[in-house]
Amino acid sequence: MLWVECPNCGSRPFEEYRYGNVFPTTPDSITDPDARNVDFAWMQDNIEGVTLERWFHEAGCRRWFTAKRDTTSDRFLPLDD
Amino acid sequence: MNEFVETLLDLPWQTGEPKSSYDVVIIGAGGHGLATAYYLATRHGITNVCVLDSSFIGSGNSGRNTTIIRSNYGIPESVRFYQHSLEMYQTLEAETGCWIMHNQKGQIWLAHSVSTARTEQTRALMNEACGARTDYIGPDEIKRLCPQIDLSGGGRYPVYGASYHHEGATARHDRVVWAYAQGALRAGVHVYQHTPVTGLLRDGDRVTGVQTTRGNISAGTVISAVGGSVSTVAGWAGVRLPIRTHALQAFVTNAYAQEFAPIVSSNDLVFYVSQTPRGQMLIGAEYDRFASYRQATSFSYLQACSKKSITMFPFLGKLRILRSWTGICDVSTDFSPIIGHTGVDGFMISTGWGTWGFKGIPAGGSQLAQLVATGSAPLIEPFGLDRFANEVAMADPSSAGTR
Repeated sequence: MLWVECPNCGSRPFEEYRYGNVFPTTPDSITDPDARNVDFAWMQDNIEGVTLERWFHEAGCRRWFTAKRDTTSDRFLPLDD
Repeated sequence: MNEFVETLLDLPWQTGEPKSSYDVVIIGAGGHGLATAYYLATRHGITNVCVLDSSFIGSGNSGRNTTIIRSNYGIPESVRFYQHSLEMYQTLEAETGCWIMHNQKGQIWLAHSVSTARTEQTRALMNEACGARTDYIGPDEIKRLCPQIDLSGGGRYPVYGASYHHEGATARHDRVVWAYAQGALRAGVHVYQHTPVTGLLRDGDRVTGVQTTRGNISAGTVISAVGGSVSTVAGWAGVRLPIRTHALQAFVTNAYAQEFAPIVSSNDLVFYVSQTPRGQMLIGAEYDRFASYRQATSFSYLQACSKKSITMFPFLGKLRILRSWTGICDVSTDFSPIIGHTGVDGFMISTGWGTWGFKGIPAGGSQLAQLVATGSAPLIEPFGLDRFANEVAMADPSSAGTR
């Protein structure tokens, strides 16, 4: 079972958390405002590796926090790593 | 299929190294990649084709699905596409000479509330209008088709009715991959396993080939038929995709001695059950909510999914889980496939299959091959990547997997 470190509650089972997606990042190479809107509305970074995400401790302190996670292993990494 | 006699599977692999140039290079030797190669060679005479896979054929999502074939979708474009695919599956054994264990079972989509019953009635009417045989049936008929069901749903999920999709079927997933691999190899297509693609060759904005662990291969057209890792491949070509990769789990129990005839899905509980040819009960539900490339199963999923299925089918409680597996699904933001041109010359994709790639293999492959060969494929026209920029989303979360 995966255990995830909550900044408020400490180490808790993975199932207590809810996924809040990655920070949306539209690349600077897209300059046309319409194209930037399309990218913001639809496109996903979908990174295979380390991502910076928001998570919600739903069954715990019910607070949002930022986490670093490797999507290939689901391991959470220290934020300052 | 009594008249059908199986011939032994014969996969005439190429020996030696890939050529330095092909007309078409397909990344990913799963169902979609091999079907595209097969139809390019057999329907359009394009045999200078190479299919590459980082592992063995069908080792990705083609080997990790729940083998259901159906066409009862939520928007007309999808129904027409998947109905074409379903009909191609029905004749695939005769066409390829390979036994794919195609078994027409019918699919029951249960409604546990008045509002869901209305949704299912609408679905039945819309599907009928688009050519997919679907009827709305009541609890008596459901009990006749599937005697194992608890119509009271454990007291909490009473069955109001269901839409019944007559042509819902299953087929053996590996055999579908092998059938296309054999057909493609016999037609002269090159298939190289254990040859990971590590990058794309580019000339300005154009994609001109692939970099592999066995050297560079140039190509007139590069097609990505990659499953979960498609965003990485598209990223090499500078294409951004509306795709997020999620894990989808499923499991089988030990064998159940009696017949469980149809495929049963539940709209409100979100799970589906069918019986494999070995008698095992195959159970699946929605994909994991968080994005992940990890092909791992979890106890919490097995627990939640078992609980839901036992609610409707109490006999399942006496069985044991034998085996579970996970595929990583390329789920698009509007839940419909993305297939065709990417806006980058020489680079095409077949992705966004999400939780329903298996049933789309024959139509996806044949239509993409037609698009490559002739420049036009009407059934996949609505599913181009440019639909997002044109603000025409094909919103269709019409599967237990995407609820």
